[in-house]
Amino acid sequence: MKSAIRLMAVMRKELRQLMRDRVTFAMIVGIPVMQMLMFGYAINTDVRNLAAAVADQSDSHLSRQFVADLGQTQVLDFQYSVDTAAELEELLRTGRISIGVLMPPDFDRRAIDSRRSAAHLLVDGVDPTIVGVANQIRNMPLYFDATAPVQNKVATFEIRPYFNPERRSAVFVIPGLIGIILTLTMMMFTAVSVVREREHGNLELLINTPVSTTQLMVGKVVPYIVIGLIQLALILAVGRLLFNIPVHGSIFELYIAALFFIAANLALGLFISTLVKTQFQAIQITIFILLPSILLTGFMFPFDGMPQIVQYLGEILPNTHFIRLTRGIMLRGANLGEMYQELIALGVFTSIALSAAIIRFSKRLD
Amino acid sequence: MTDNADFAIRARGLTKRFGPVTAVDHLDLNVPRSIIYGFLGPNGSGKTTAIRMLCGLLTPTEGDATVLGFDVPGDADALKPKIGYMTQKFSLYADLTVQENLDFIADIYTYPRNDKRARIETLLEKYNLLEQRRQFAGTMSGGQKQRLALACAVLNKPELLLLDEPTSAVDPKSRRDFWSELFSLADSGTTILVSTHYMDEAERCHRLAILDHGRKVADGSPAELQNSTGMSIVEVLAENPFAAQVELSKLPEVMSVTQLGVRLRALIPQAVANPLQLVDNLLSANAIPAQTKIVDASLEDVFVAVTQKGYAAEQAA
Ligand SMILES: Nc1ncnc2c1ncn2[C@@H]1O[C@H](COP(=O)(O)OP(=O)(O)O)[C@@H](O)[C@H]1O
Ligand SMILES: [Mg+2]
Repeated sequence: MKSAIRLMAVMRKELRQLMRDRVTFAMIVGIPVMQMLMFGYAINTDVRNLAAAVADQSDSHLSRQFVADLGQTQVLDFQYSVDTAAELEELLRTGRISIGVLMPPDFDRRAIDSRRSAAHLLVDGVDPTIVGVANQIRNMPLYFDATAPVQNKVATFEIRPYFNPERRSAVFVIPGLIGIILTLTMMMFTAVSVVREREHGNLELLINTPVSTTQLMVGKVVPYIVIGLIQLALILAVGRLLFNIPVHGSIFELYIAALFFIAANLALGLFISTLVKTQFQAIQITIFILLPSILLTGFMFPFDGMPQIVQYLGEILPNTHFIRLTRGIMLRGANLGEMYQELIALGVFTSIALSAAIIRFSKRLD
Repeated sequence: MTDNADFAIRARGLTKRFGPVTAVDHLDLNVPRSIIYGFLGPNGSGKTTAIRMLCGLLTPTEGDATVLGFDVPGDADALKPKIGYMTQKFSLYADLTVQENLDFIADIYTYPRNDKRARIETLLEKYNLLEQRRQFAGTMSGGQKQRLALACAVLNKPELLLLDEPTSAVDPKSRRDFWSELFSLADSGTTILVSTHYMDEAERCHRLAILDHGRKVADGSPAELQNSTGMSIVEVLAENPFAAQVELSKLPEVMSVTQLGVRLRALIPQAVANPLQLVDNLLSANAIPAQTKIVDASLEDVFVAVTQKGYAAEQAA
């Protein structure tokens, strides 16, 4: 009974302060919206309109037809037409084009010679995505006669994308982004809110009262769970409105998964607060943890493509498990029962981080 | 336990070191119940550190202490509901109102629900905060903040109040009011430990300990301390006090000279047989016209005497 009164008092106080802190309040809304606009629009793996140049040294009917075909795919945007390979190289080197197409004077003869390639692609190899595009173009069929009926050579594989049939990047990126946004805000808000009390001297008074460490920690954290769920609702709404992001699985299960994930980040935030002395240090550590949460969790790069040891590291991060959950529920329509291991992982993480925080948070000043 | 009952605070050899710094050095304390006990000392003399050890916030490097019969820091949790602590720095929530701060503290102490409102009203009225009840604590004046901090510290009717330099940001009128409030709390049985660097405040304490560089250099009631300085105090009223001070400082017998307006106070050990004669001879030899007389020691003289002794001992060692 007494502990319930104290817990409520800490929660009420925290909520009041939160409502009055305009900067924090703006961040609760601002961070998700900004990140969604940034990641939703900027990250685009469907490459279109790459700047390109052509050097057509044969200048035949066939070569002109080929360049026109290439242009129609909209993958390349021919901005320059030059004469020599050297000029193409110059354009590549100065970064004005990403791909150069060189058609030698004997293009027509080479085109029918199965032992030799008909033309050359000069590619800016710095960006792997562009090399990928070049590989697609490489297999483009040549039609010898524009008037002849198209005799489609049958491809070895026909690719049929599941789950994201239009292959839009935003659909893939935003479910993962929920985890990034919640990691950043939840971890930062809790760590900063505890450290601020220490910096302002409130803690010296508080630890001299009968309030216990657990009451203090839990009371501080609970209001942020609500904030986290509100952020999730905001992300889903913006995702729906701007990017038409679907939720194929159960929204209710998505919130349950988020609850586990928010708890993990709040516990981590509390633990961070016991390691640092100033709000600035708290933010530094938050960013230090945020980076692997972006890079090693399958958000940016396929998880299975990472070296084994890095994968182990990734498994420790809560975001790895949450990204599997959100992609599963939102894009593949999976249910929680099929992914219970991820929930267990998040639960274990939370218990360890919270225990560590409570043990480390001493009711003394030294 | 038996003799602890007579004392609100007992400490034996209480010591705190921060790396090379010894903040509190073998402090012995016996603080009787229901009195106002003062810690007098300049900045850095270890007042805050001593108070923090007594309420269990800091672990002593050496020594032990019993507060209200509880060992600290071991039994600090059991002690907490019975003490009120006013930190040196304002430590209530600047972004909560006066009323919200009091409400929060009442809930943290689980003050009985039915009496909570009445208790807060009483405190608001008593500490003259009725008009500020909806004001954010951070926007109040120094005196108002101090009254709020005291109201929060006494809310749960503690047996022991620890006040760390409570009047440092407060005007003289508020200080007087604050002290009359402390006397009425002591009258109703509360023990109060208050730290200060103001002599006039120290003079109001029932008993006090003078701290210097972490060591207790004297303790007792203000009157006892004033009667046992071991010093004669010669007051000099000179037309040219500066010249007089220069000459007096040259005398090896004179321990210190302080100027108060046009008057000088020279501290001379009682071992010197005729201090008045000594001063008169010196001044007339240098043709400095002056009136001299022996006066009683003030608390400031006590302070100068005991801290100088500390230095002398340090130099000798
Ligand atoms: N947390 C700390 N770490 C290191 N040194 C400290 C710490 N707290 C106090 N000190 C040092 O201990 C000495 C006594 O400080 P303090 O107790 O605050 O004195 P007072 O309250 O009388 O001004 C000072 O020299 C101070 O620098
Ligand atoms: Mg101090």
